[in-house]
Amino acid sequence: MDSYLTSGESHHASGEHTHDEEGNKMFGFIVFLLSESVIFLSFFAGYIVYKITTPNWLPAGISGLEIKDPAINTVILVSSSFVIYLAERALQRHDLMKFRLFLGATMAMGSYFLLGQALEWNSLAFGFTSGVFGGMFYLLTGFHGLHVLTGIILQLIILVRSFNPGNYDTGHFGVNATSLFWHFVDVIWIVLFILIYLWQ
Amino acid sequence: MTNISVKNVNLPSEEPHHESPGNWKEYFSFSTDHKVIGIQYLVTAFIFFLVGGIFAMVIRGELITPESDLVDRTFYNGMFTMHGTVMLFLWTFPSLVGFANYLVPLMIGARDMAFPRLNAVAFWMVPVVGILLMASFFVPGGPAQAGWWAYPPVSLQNPTGHLINGQVVWLLAVAISGVSSIMGAVNFVTTIVKMRAPGMGFFKMPLFVWAVFSAQIIQLFGLPALTAGAVMLLLDLTAGTAFFDPSKGGNPVMFQHYFWFYSHPAVYVIILPIFGIFSEIFPVYSRKPLFGYKVVAISSLLIAVVSAIVWVHHLYVSGTPAWMRMLFMVTTMLVSVPTGIKVFAWVATIWGGKIRLTTPMLFALGALIMFVFAGIVGIMLSSVPVDVHVNNTYFVVGHFHYVLFGTVTMGLYAAIYHWFPKMTGRMYYEGWGKLHFWLTFIGTNLNFLPMHPLGLQGMLRRISSYAPEYEFWNIIASLGSFLLGMSTLPFIFNMVVSWMHGQKAPANPWRAIGLEWLVSSPPPVENFEEIPIVISEPYGYGKSEPLTANIQNQSHPYKPHS
Ligand code: HEM
Ligand SMILES: [Cu+2]
Repeated sequence: MDSYLTSGESHHASGEHTHDEEGNKMFGFIVFLLSESVIFLSFFAGYIVYKITTPNWLPAGISGLEIKDPAINTVILVSSSFVIYLAERALQRHDLMKFRLFLGATMAMGSYFLLGQALEWNSLAFGFTSGVFGGMFYLLTGFHGLHVLTGIILQLIILVRSFNPGNYDTGHFGVNATSLFWHFVDVIWIVLFILIYLWQ
Repeated sequence: MTNISVKNVNLPSEEPHHESPGNWKEYFSFSTDHKVIGIQYLVTAFIFFLVGGIFAMVIRGELITPESDLVDRTFYNGMFTMHGTVMLFLWTFPSLVGFANYLVPLMIGARDMAFPRLNAVAFWMVPVVGILLMASFFVPGGPAQAGWWAYPPVSLQNPTGHLINGQVVWLLAVAISGVSSIMGAVNFVTTIVKMRAPGMGFFKMPLFVWAVFSAQIIQLFGLPALTAGAVMLLLDLTAGTAFFDPSKGGNPVMFQHYFWFYSHPAVYVIILPIFGIFSEIFPVYSRKPLFGYKVVAISSLLIAVVSAIVWVHHLYVSGTPAWMRMLFMVTTMLVSVPTGIKVFAWVATIWGGKIRLTTPMLFALGALIMFVFAGIVGIMLSSVPVDVHVNNTYFVVGHFHYVLFGTVTMGLYAAIYHWFPKMTGRMYYEGWGKLHFWLTFIGTNLNFLPMHPLGLQGMLRRISSYAPEYEFWNIIASLGSFLLGMSTLPFIFNMVVSWMHGQKAPANPWRAIGLEWLVSSPPPVENFEEIPIVISEPYGYGKSEPLTANIQNQSHPYKPHS
């Protein structure tokens, strides 16, 4: 017989993992994010097909989307990915003060992004029901915005938890997952920005 | 090898006694034990199977005469829509998830699923889906009527003008069931990748585990597309968006793409675990190792991958360009290659074996026969010219019922009988089981075979009245359906009475190989006192190797004599 594996020999076939809850959670979370990204991919695919096949793509009276403010927004959101990375690093060094500082900065940047989006929505001359474009625009930016909001809430949770001394050294799953989620939200936004704003 | 009949199994004298979930109240609680959850899924699903079956008999009752005389047309539409929805979302998916829940941790030597609480939440969403769907009968205008695939623009019609109508409730229910399934998929994939016992490499996993793994990967990457489409449809219905509404510049065919990108692979979410069940059952009752284990394992994954790129065969008649039709016709036929390999492997396993025709084996054999028939018809359907001809006729209805009833439901019955002793600690009555089998087998063929000639003659589906020349075959089909309805009676009787009064089951009544048969029936709360160390192949029938290095069990057939 070729491969008699005995206990503890191969890494992921090993029984210790039964107790590796942190590892399981992180793995499960990554699997979940992969699945979640397919929802976005489906919307993106729909957007592309609609844009190519719809004769009057933009609603009547609209010539295109203003791009300057969304671009600034994009820069801020993408930079916040680096800031949350710094927070994660600080936590690894057990530097709680810096952790909270960087986390707070990330939350501020995320909130700025959301605010900017709200202002943009407010200024637009078309609505959710203005043809397929209107629907797609609000669906995509809204669904993404919901994710940003979720990210900020997650950040708030880990920030509050960091004030409870028992929490931060029992494992960093919450922090790592929040940070991964934030990077995910950023990457999605970059695709979204290219599709909606750059490809007009 | 002696032929064990169920009645005179020798009970091992010193069955280890463990406390196990014996209290029926536990099944109504928010339990996090994967075994309790598995049974909760199974029982819930079976109740909805009966509901869906009653709907089916209303449909068949209407169709016994050419006129539309039993129920009115809208109610009839609601009936076939709800029948399809209930059968798919509340019978096949949840019952297979139930088996996966019960068996996967046991089969891979784990104490539970990776996320027990998530597991319980995912289960409790299923009754919510069911109650929501049943509640849709009471909203203005009645339940959804656009068929289980809910194509716009039909599904966008809102004759009552109410914001909450049957279609909206239906979409919410489907969305919740999708969320529950994604939770389940995350849990299964994590469990299978991260929680296998030492020694259980991927190629020592039982084939049922391989099948569940492949099926759940489809769920992970297919379901989100359906969810996206469902959200857009819901917005069209309630918020006035234009995605699929042609009158507002939307494109209804886009919905078909979203829908079938998931729903074609979904066929394999259902059928792959059934294949897994076949692969567990045939070796045991033929006393032979499974033929071509590795190929069968890999073919599950292959099916999962290929099935993701064939969906357009449902859109042959939706204005799909010819080159695309050809492309998807070829990929569709490609799926039959790994499937064919599997069928070949099962036949080779049974061939020349010491066959024991117990109820699980009978059901599995019956299901395999039905599958081969359905497969031949399916290959016909995948060719564009045939599909264009019989699309939307009873030929298609006949085909998919050979799959869904003949193969899936009969395969589920096989699994229920096979693992019944393990799950309940009791033996079922073989005679009642056989009666159940023959009624089901005959009923299925009476019911669904006539649909093929009907379809070829041009009888359309989703109609409540038809031309008189179709009457003969329709009468036969309706009688078959009533027989099928009756066939559940001996089954229910058997299950209830056996569970209460059946003979106590030993740990391994079928002398099967597999970790789940090493523990007592039913298994103790945390499955294994000591996590097993796997040292041999999963289907070593006829070889005398120990399965594990550390678990000694009286009833294991290949325990080395020490
Ligand atoms: C007692 C057994 C059954 C009978 C008599 C029966 C009969 C029927 C009939 C007459 C239709 C309507 C076809 C049409 O008008 O287009 C139908 C549709 C359907 N059935 Fe069944 N069926 C049975 C069991 C099942 C099972 C076990 C499943 C799945 C596991 C299933 C899945 C479906 C689906 C998905 C549809 C399509 C519904 C739609 O068009 O929206 N059926 N069935
Ligand atoms: Cu298909």
